Amino acid sequence: MEILKVQGLKKVFNSVIALDDLNLTLSRGEILGILGPNGAGKTTLIHCILGLIEPTEGEISIFGKDLTLHRSEVLKRINFASNYVSLPYSLTPFENLMVFAHLYEVKNPAERCHRMLRLFELEHLCNRPTRRLSSGQIMRLNLAKALLNKPELLLLDEPTAGLDPEIARKTRDLLLKLARTEGISVIYTSHNLKEMEEVSKRVLFLKKGKMVAEGMVNDLIRQYGTASLEEFYFKVIGHED
Amino acid sequence: MRIKRIWAVVLRQAYLYRRSLPRLLEVFYWPMVDLLLWGFVSLYLQRASADIPDFVIYFIGALILWDILFRAQQGISVSFLEDMWARNLVNIFASPLKIQEYIIGLLFISILKVTIAFVVMSSLAWLFYSFSIFKLGVSLIPLVLNLMAMGWAVGIFTMALILRFGQEAEVLAWAVAFLFMPFSAVFYPVDTLPPLLQKIALFIPSAHVFEGMRILIDKKVLSIKHLSMASALNLAFLSASTLFFAKIYRTARKRGILPKIGE
Repeated sequence: MEILKVQGLKKVFNSVIALDDLNLTLSRGEILGILGPNGAGKTTLIHCILGLIEPTEGEISIFGKDLTLHRSEVLKRINFASNYVSLPYSLTPFENLMVFAHLYEVKNPAERCHRMLRLFELEHLCNRPTRRLSSGQIMRLNLAKALLNKPELLLLDEPTAGLDPEIARKTRDLLLKLARTEGISVIYTSHNLKEMEEVSKRVLFLKKGKMVAEGMVNDLIRQYGTASLEEFYFKVIGHED
Repeated sequence: MRIKRIWAVVLRQAYLYRRSLPRLLEVFYWPMVDLLLWGFVSLYLQRASADIPDFVIYFIGALILWDILFRAQQGISVSFLEDMWARNLVNIFASPLKIQEYIIGLLFISILKVTIAFVVMSSLAWLFYSFSIFKLGVSLIPLVLNLMAMGWAVGIFTMALILRFGQEAEVLAWAVAFLFMPFSAVFYPVDTLPPLLQKIALFIPSAHVFEGMRILIDKKVLSIKHLSMASALNLAFLSASTLFFAKIYRTARKRGILPKIGE
């Protein structure tokens, strides 16, 4: 079942083309990795899918519904976490989650918030102001917020940046488990290519807003004659330059 | 002491002001507002100090009522800034929350802030100056509602400016309401103003509220003329500011400003 369909997506900021004729689909339970150097358009793509940026051209349909026409209805079923976005520091983790539980109209909000805090090992910090949390703990809180509404589509922009290796591994394992057992579809950006290889079966390579490669990780590695996704990455960059 | 290091501090601020019109405007904005406001107050006192029937009610009453407008505006624009400072706007706007719901939520915060400020100010005025704002009776209610409506209109307008110009425009959250203060004739009647400013005051809802307040104190009647003018102008102010915000919000989504605001 197709969860997300992006057709002919183009975004131009002044005269700079941030996304150029992008087409992609995402199936239920699939984790799609978005690769690319800084300024490739990865975050712009995520922001377009979240309805934060209006595309210049093209269509985005989520759960078979046009995002522009059914924005609120669609956003209720998706969520996101980003290393570049924060939660109010003066609120406690529990209060922050409660705010978003209400925004997403989560049933039994307090119970769900505590469950998420436990899942991300933040329960003992639930009454401490968020400003007193470490950057890794704040990222975990962002992830807890992202799973609060049991999203069917999850958008993660460098979600493990700033996490220690153990928590990063736990996060990856959790994503894989959620995709497998709950059928959550995930779009994932990361500069950690080893992690990307571990998490995503399929990747999409963006460069200067254009999709320069797309396919299953193993196929791409084979096709480009490389030993790993990292080697593939540098080869694609080299090719395009 | 190293002159270069001191110069670096000056340079840091100079770079900031060179590129930021709102910050630059603020440098002469407050002196200008102060001069206009206190200049007209002085003129009024010079001309009519002997004729002012109840000095305390005029000034403390006006101050309490002005604060209602200011708090109502702050309830909108500062609450928006709180989300911007917390880098939380992306989380908010990427949620199912509709922009109308966000604004209505801020209006509730504004009502709460106004209520608290009103209770505190009127209690202190009673305690220290034996002045009760409730002397004005139930006629106070439409005046207060009109000031809140104008505060909301100014707050929504300010929020739109912050959305458009980003963090550098945050000073506007404290400044925009005071732009209306000299024309609102808070502490003096409208006829104290020069003819041109009197014409401008005709189109400011709060000017009609404060004229209405003075008539209420002097003659114990609510001026229907000023109340109707204030209500009609507030309707226009609220509609214009909401349309302006909607336009800026659409433009912000087109230009990709929303995810970057606050950076």
